[in-house]
Amino acid sequence: MIADRLAAWLRNGWRQLTSMRTALVLLFLLALAAIPGSVLPQRGVNPQDVTDYYAAHPDLAPVLERLGGFDVYRSPWFSAIYLLLFVSLVGCVVPRLRDHLRSLRGAPPDAPRRLSRLPRYAGGLASPDGPATTAAALRARLRRRRWRAVVREHPDGSATVSAEKGYLKETGNLLMHAAMVVVLAGVAYGGAYGWHGNRLVVAGPEHGFCNTLQQYDESSLGTRVDGGGLAPFCFTLTGFDAEFTETGQPLSFLASGEVSEAGGPPRAVGFTVNDPLRLDGASMYLLGHGYAPQLRYTDRSGDTQVVTAPFLPLDPLGTAEGIAAFPDANLDSPEPAQVAFHGLYLPTAPAEGPLARSVHPQERAPVLFLQPYQGDLGLDDGRPQSVWTLDQERLDSGALAPAGDPEFLAPGEQMTLADGTTVEFLGTQRWITVSVRHDPGQPVVLIGAVLLLGGLVLSLTGHRRRVWFRASPRGDGSEVAAAGLPRSDYPGFADEFREIVAAAGLDPLPEPALRST
Amino acid sequence: MAAFSDQLLVVTIMAYLAAMVCYAAEYAFSARPARALVPSGAPGAGSAPEPPEPPAQRDRPDGPPDRPQPARALLPWAARGLILSAAAVHLATVVTRGLAAERVPWGNMYEYLLTATLVATGAWLWSVTRYPAMRKLGIFVAMVNVLLLGLAGMVVYTPVGPLVPALDSYWLLLHVTAAITATGLFLVGFVTIVLYLVRIGHDRGRQGFPFTLGRKLPGAETLERVSFRLHAIGFPLWTFAALIAGPIWAEAAWGRYWGWDPKEVWAFITWIVYAAYLHARATPSVRRTVVAALAVAGWLAMLMNLFGVNLFFEGLHSYA
Repeated sequence: MIADRLAAWLRNGWRQLTSMRTALVLLFLLALAAIPGSVLPQRGVNPQDVTDYYAAHPDLAPVLERLGGFDVYRSPWFSAIYLLLFVSLVGCVVPRLRDHLRSLRGAPPDAPRRLSRLPRYAGGLASPDGPATTAAALRARLRRRRWRAVVREHPDGSATVSAEKGYLKETGNLLMHAAMVVVLAGVAYGGAYGWHGNRLVVAGPEHGFCNTLQQYDESSLGTRVDGGGLAPFCFTLTGFDAEFTETGQPLSFLASGEVSEAGGPPRAVGFTVNDPLRLDGASMYLLGHGYAPQLRYTDRSGDTQVVTAPFLPLDPLGTAEGIAAFPDANLDSPEPAQVAFHGLYLPTAPAEGPLARSVHPQERAPVLFLQPYQGDLGLDDGRPQSVWTLDQERLDSGALAPAGDPEFLAPGEQMTLADGTTVEFLGTQRWITVSVRHDPGQPVVLIGAVLLLGGLVLSLTGHRRRVWFRASPRGDGSEVAAAGLPRSDYPGFADEFREIVAAAGLDPLPEPALRST
Repeated sequence: MAAFSDQLLVVTIMAYLAAMVCYAAEYAFSARPARALVPSGAPGAGSAPEPPEPPAQRDRPDGPPDRPQPARALLPWAARGLILSAAAVHLATVVTRGLAAERVPWGNMYEYLLTATLVATGAWLWSVTRYPAMRKLGIFVAMVNVLLLGLAGMVVYTPVGPLVPALDSYWLLLHVTAAITATGLFLVGFVTIVLYLVRIGHDRGRQGFPFTLGRKLPGAETLERVSFRLHAIGFPLWTFAALIAGPIWAEAAWGRYWGWDPKEVWAFITWIVYAAYLHARATPSVRRTVVAALAVAGWLAMLMNLFGVNLFFEGLHSYA
């Protein structure tokens, strides 16, 4: 009893879920559910934006976090909608596939009793041959027009031709829906077996890296990827060329480097935006670029150290900001006297006016503005620190204090700090940010998407329609009637039907003969 | 050449504007075929959308009533000629822009709008060849073009420049061409479906401003069918642009074929809503007004995708 009711309830629920109404509601919900992901910062798109959002809205952010607002497209509710949609899709498509296969194998249904009731009708036609011969000839004509046609002979001596065309419409429709499942499978496969890592690479042999997880500033592994088995290659950036217009609009970028795969000999490679470096089992994409000033600091004991500090671009004209830290400086001094510089770099300083903003992204008149600081950098207390700015808390507490007046330096120039130590601006190196990625699901998704488009075009351009002829005995020959039924919205069907009937080679019945009977 | 293209844009807008005025005049005169015979103060005059402009003609005492009035007879021809010239100058604007930039002219939002409206005009002209009644929509096509081209020229205008490296790819040709064409088709599909709603409102006897326009529109069935056909051509193109060419390009440019960038999100939303429209239309049990509402929602998502994403959100597609 309970089992029966449960079964009935399940059957009813399934019918509801696979109904078009539900599918439409789910489609609309999916569209609505996608909106928050474009309004709120997404961790998968830009984690820094999420951090900034937390800083700007400390009360709201944790609530949104709980609701999945920063990871909308992996949130339970978004997943629930599209999974339900796919269940509904499969539940709708599988029975249709069964019906379609049956109709592909079987013959078009026999003519209805009253052809004149159908949307298209042409009666009163005559053929000199008997019904069977007439029907066979009509079937042959329809076959030549690539209709699926079958002749049936009836006990009353008449013969009917049933013809149907446009099966590709349904085939395409089913293909399109099946292709969506392929796309979803490809996305899932890529999610399980794909990985990516992003990092910054400074030009020069000493700044190269090999493809292991620890080498990336930010990375993610698919659920089924073993971090030890990433594609084995090492990369060194040897140069970066950028061309700009006079107004500073970029024209072209080219990163050149050396790569060695699986322990092989290094080979020269180049890659750019829209043209990534394709390696075995991974691709490397150029994401960003900038300048890294090189500073040589001579400390109180006369030891020198060189630091290459990538600066963060602030505007499209190359103004960049960053810090250069010398944690190993002045180790002999009694009080903490580590050194750091906060800098602003202008690849092309304006000829006049304040030196605040670069006027061109290429190095035409480079100037580095340096503010020295001395004290305890606090690099040993284990807290993560920004690599672009100095720790504001340490500046406020005085643990880190200015160690002299700021100065503008051209390459090769040096400045003296308050304690008599010196720093020299040696010049700059280029740096780039790259994304290294592998997604084995891509080909699957692409095939799915192409099948989807193909199925879509077939399903939107096709027209399923049926035509029947009935030949009844009349004297030596037969009397023929034709009817047509478009099974989808097809305004051209009337013309096509007329044309088929005209091409059937049948004459109108002689008028008097009609009257006399 | 760039300046020439900008001047042509002004000419294009003026030509569409003139065509619009001619259509409006034609519309206003033909709206009251029997009025000349009815004494002034006839009941029901208030329902006409536009005031009768030339009382002089009506008051003219003599002259047989069936003599064709030359000015009126010329209006349809003037409107037709003007809108065709506008389309030709519009095309020339796009071509000269491309020549000036030495590339396909769809590298920023200004060029995108310029080309999408041209496609829209082309789509409307195509619909006129298939359904002559669609000719009556000329006034709306001209109006929308004046609005969008004005917006393009005044708000999002960008001087001719080279492509940024991110756009320097042959996928620009494939992805953006498909997207622009789909946009133009959806635009005319949207205008047509809105007029369909006006028309069925009028057919159901509704009074008031938009529905009074319905009397002069093509039949509801024609409007609905044309709108569907435009959407049915636009949708596969949009699928290609947003779900195939876009992801392939995104893979080469950014390393992933889909990353939920705001533009991608809204392209996806647009696709979903238009998919819902096509499903709903194929389902007889869904009310036709709901079907039409879905097409309207699709265009709103499209507008959000076109303007909203570029104006409100910071994303990878921020070129304009």
